[in-house]
Amino acid sequence: MEKRVRVLVAKPGLDGHDRGAKVVARGLRDAGFEVIYTGLRQTPEQIVGAAVDEDVNVVALSLLSGAHNHLFPRIVELLKEKGLSEALVIGGGVIPDSDIPSLKAAGVSEVFTPGTPISSIVEFINANVK
Amino acid sequence: MNIAEELLGGSRLALSRAITAIENEYDNAVEIMQKIYAHTGKAYVIGITGPPGAGKSTLTDKIAKAYRAMGKTIGIIAIDPTSPFSGGAILGDRIRMSELTLDEGIFIRSMGTRGSLGGLSRKTADAIKLMDAAGKDIILVETVGVGQSEVDIVKTADTTIVVMVPGLGDDIQAIKAGILEIGDVFAINKADREGVDKVCREIEMMLDLNQEQVLWRPPVRKVIASQNEGVNELLAAIDQHKNWLSESGELSVRRNERIKTELLAILNEQIGRYILTKVTDSGKFNELLHNVEARRVDPYSAVENILKDILR
Ligand SMILES: Nc1nc2c(ncn2[C@@H]2O[C@H](COP(=O)(O)OP(=O)(O)OP(=O)(O)O)[C@@H](O)[C@H]2O)c(=O)[nH]1
Ligand SMILES: [Mg+2]
Repeated sequence: MEKRVRVLVAKPGLDGHDRGAKVVARGLRDAGFEVIYTGLRQTPEQIVGAAVDEDVNVVALSLLSGAHNHLFPRIVELLKEKGLSEALVIGGGVIPDSDIPSLKAAGVSEVFTPGTPISSIVEFINANVK
Repeated sequence: MNIAEELLGGSRLALSRAITAIENEYDNAVEIMQKIYAHTGKAYVIGITGPPGAGKSTLTDKIAKAYRAMGKTIGIIAIDPTSPFSGGAILGDRIRMSELTLDEGIFIRSMGTRGSLGGLSRKTADAIKLMDAAGKDIILVETVGVGQSEVDIVKTADTTIVVMVPGLGDDIQAIKAGILEIGDVFAINKADREGVDKVCREIEMMLDLNQEQVLWRPPVRKVIASQNEGVNELLAAIDQHKNWLSESGELSVRRNERIKTELLAILNEQIGRYILTKVTDSGKFNELLHNVEARRVDPYSAVENILKDILR
């Protein structure tokens, strides 16, 4: 059986909207990925715990509340700690352009701002997944 | 250290990687299963099945918490359908189990059906063995919520819980016909809703009608999974079934039956693979194929001809 790319779509932080995350989840499913969706308001520890059990190749984080500068690097750090350093971490949501360089420096592979077509996300994953 | 040894030593990541290896049929998959097999057979496997949205995941979450409170370690396998069009899947059962994620004694894995039709994935039984070998005391398997084709769970679990809800309308007749034989215990969930007594009565009645042919009369329990009500009573019913299984000797009968089925399946697969490579490598296959295409030879005679060579 061929390998399937497994993607954890997670919503860290306190905002209560997951419409965007669900649209992304469906788009990634339609691209042939196995998408594990964990619901709203997940702590970095919960997200990484799920990523370990599910052995995901990609962790896709969606955030609208503005806490990305703290939460995204924390998740990258915890993933490394738990032995999942090859997992690709990508982010999306309302993220100012000026924050993107520091997020990338912290180990987030790519940041997708609102309006990015799903196909670009799919392409990025296919090109970079290990 | 290799992955099987790490798994047996308690590594969470090794268990996770091992499940991926068997699911994707990586080269090391067979070796992992060979190394862990002697450590299996200790866990108690509970299946949770029922129509879509019945509350299987919510109930799984509560059952896991209740067993955890008794000091048991838990493995959970939650299966959702793979899209036949894209091969992708949305595995969303974990949404109802968020609180379990931080518990060191609970391991949760979501699986897509990947083309399998009986409510489980083809690799569910192997994933159960891996969790068993990793030392989980109880393994909970949530099937796909398809309504009536979750027959595989019966062959896989020691106790199967069928989750039903009030308000299924006319569908209930069809669903009941399919699930009556599956359930060892019936959980009537969403007992906070109207119509719960009616569903209970209907199911009790159908089980009574069925009783003459069966040795075990499944208990029916009301639960409100979302409020954690009735869960201890449900656990008591599971325990009754478990006790009946061991006292009647049925547990080893069922487990041995399962082992035989598995052994035959592996044998079948390997023999098929062995013969196919032999045949396709021989060149004779293409020759015969052309003859069948041209209708000079019929497919049955062609196969007879091939087998005569191989089984000489
Ligand atoms: N009123 C009521 N709602 C419940 C109860 N248990 C679960 N629910 C709700 O029912 C919905 C479906 O629950 P799930 O646990 O996801 O059901 P499921 O059977 O796992 O669903 P699938 O895996 O999609 O087939 C959720 O909105 C739950 O909150 C209950 O006892 N009472
Ligand atoms: Mg579910």
